Amino acid sequence: MSYQPLQVEGELLSNKRVGAYHLITIVVPGIPERIRPGNFVALSVGGESTSTLLRRSFSVYQAQERGLYGGTLELVIAAHGPGTRWLAALAPHQMLNVVGPLGRPFPIPKDPVHALLVGGGYGSAPLFMLADALRQRGCRVDMALGAASADRLFGALEARRVTNALSIATDDGSLGVQGRVTDAARSILERSSIDVIYACGPMPMLAALSTLGAEFDVMVQCAVEESMACGIGICMTCVLPVRGSDGVVRMSRSCVDGPIFAGDRVLWDSVGTVPEETLGAPKASGH
Amino acid sequence: MTSIRVVPKGGRGVPVEVNLDTQLGALSLPSPILTASGCAASGKELSQFVDLTTIGAVVTKSIMMSPRSGRATPRMAETPSGMLNSIGLQGPGVDEFLEHDVPWLASKGVRTIVSIAGNDVEEFGRLAARVRRAGDSVIALEVNISCPNVANRGLVFACQAHSAAEVISTVRRNVGGAFPIFAKLSPDVTDIVEIAQACVDAGATGLSLINTLLGMVINTETLTPALAGVTGGLSGPAIRPVAVRAVWQVHAALPKIPLIGMGGILTGEDAFQFILAGASAIAIGTANFHDPSALTRVQNELSLILAERGFSSLQDAIGFAHRKA
Repeated sequence: MSYQPLQVEGELLSNKRVGAYHLITIVVPGIPERIRPGNFVALSVGGESTSTLLRRSFSVYQAQERGLYGGTLELVIAAHGPGTRWLAALAPHQMLNVVGPLGRPFPIPKDPVHALLVGGGYGSAPLFMLADALRQRGCRVDMALGAASADRLFGALEARRVTNALSIATDDGSLGVQGRVTDAARSILERSSIDVIYACGPMPMLAALSTLGAEFDVMVQCAVEESMACGIGICMTCVLPVRGSDGVVRMSRSCVDGPIFAGDRVLWDSVGTVPEETLGAPKASGH
Repeated sequence: MTSIRVVPKGGRGVPVEVNLDTQLGALSLPSPILTASGCAASGKELSQFVDLTTIGAVVTKSIMMSPRSGRATPRMAETPSGMLNSIGLQGPGVDEFLEHDVPWLASKGVRTIVSIAGNDVEEFGRLAARVRRAGDSVIALEVNISCPNVANRGLVFACQAHSAAEVISTVRRNVGGAFPIFAKLSPDVTDIVEIAQACVDAGATGLSLINTLLGMVINTETLTPALAGVTGGLSGPAIRPVAVRAVWQVHAALPKIPLIGMGGILTGEDAFQFILAGASAIAIGTANFHDPSALTRVQNELSLILAERGFSSLQDAIGFAHRKA
């Protein structure tokens, strides 16, 4: 059960550069106490007379119910388009319209299991709140973080605080071992008895982890990154092919049906297409 | 009657009653604000932000006879003051829609206008007959003869007067004489008045103006079209002047025919333009993605600007810009 989302006018408290990313803190009354690990928020960008109308969605890195200035949210921004560049350039006191919490949160086991959390790039952002929640349940939390290079790896220091064991992999070897985070995940699976994997990052990483999960018979909970226009379930743009509990493949909205999907339910090889077996897939004549 | 008490800017705190009642043929609505089909799903998601009983009606996403997956992703590209979409009429099919979506809207007391889309004339007829029997909460049909996201451009019925008329007369035959039906038209035609006239002659109660414009974006990194469907429908404030023009032209030619105006309405002032051009109701589409409370906000802003311009009733403002000085 998730909380009903609110739409709140927030105020930027701080904007800090963290490696290749920006960490922004927004004072946004009402939303932080409703956030659960894996939830995301959707921000409007560009200010009052904006020509970029679509909301930008970000998973929540930290949510503080009470702070000096009231409840705050911390989000990690990678400036790669006009909206995220605008956000990355914001100065304190800028007002920001925030909608959240959105999406289904990570399912958290009742029992004190051994969990492996895997993050790629700034996809690691929601894993820290998750690690806290799991440890409060008595879970053992291992984490593997990976990125192209050290500056693109988010949260390595924080990860040491919230985990029992941390592995780091970078493509260029600038931090941790040189290689893929999925290789790091494999060696953890080989030497420990992992009960569940939680993952957030690029689609190919999630696909590879889902295969790994199947090989080791471990459930993989994946937070997907699909481009969204609204974040609330009405635009139908953020879909991907997912097999339901009834066995039927549907084009599911990652905003409201996800963003967390069980890795064995997503047709990873078919993301970006409509597989033939999808309910209502086009006939030869197409749509 | 729904009256909203508003205090106009500089009005020295004197509340003004603005009557937002509107009339679409025989259909009376307490507000001219509707959702634009395809931009509100079936209402449930937006109900978290807006009391949908306070707006005129929810116009549901176009429904077809069978479930439909829609197109592959990417389905969306942001454009200056707008967006391009290529959803491809994803939907659960009419059976599930009538079993779940319409009853939910009815249970909440939301006035519902159902948008239907057929692959052929016969499917439009069958859909109209099915939806007509759905119950009293469905107060009208919108006939989507102008979705640009179909593989065969020849299937955009609204591009030709005779095919538009054929669909509308079939729908009319299937719903009976009095039930309100609105034909949703495409601006991608040479003479929209000719298409509008043909639809009215075929039995349309009124017209919904406009659907998206066919557009295209090319991704300069991948060097390929940005949308999986190659082309898509352009919406948002970028198309507003085109939409206002369409409403203006059709109202000038057919002043007695009720029009639902839409296309890039983001504020009450935008909505007011459509009313002045001749729309009796307006629909909010892309703005819902930007601001999920847009329906309520636009309704309040429209009341305010009507009051500021000296209108105590929405009805008095409809088509006002056509008056000779």
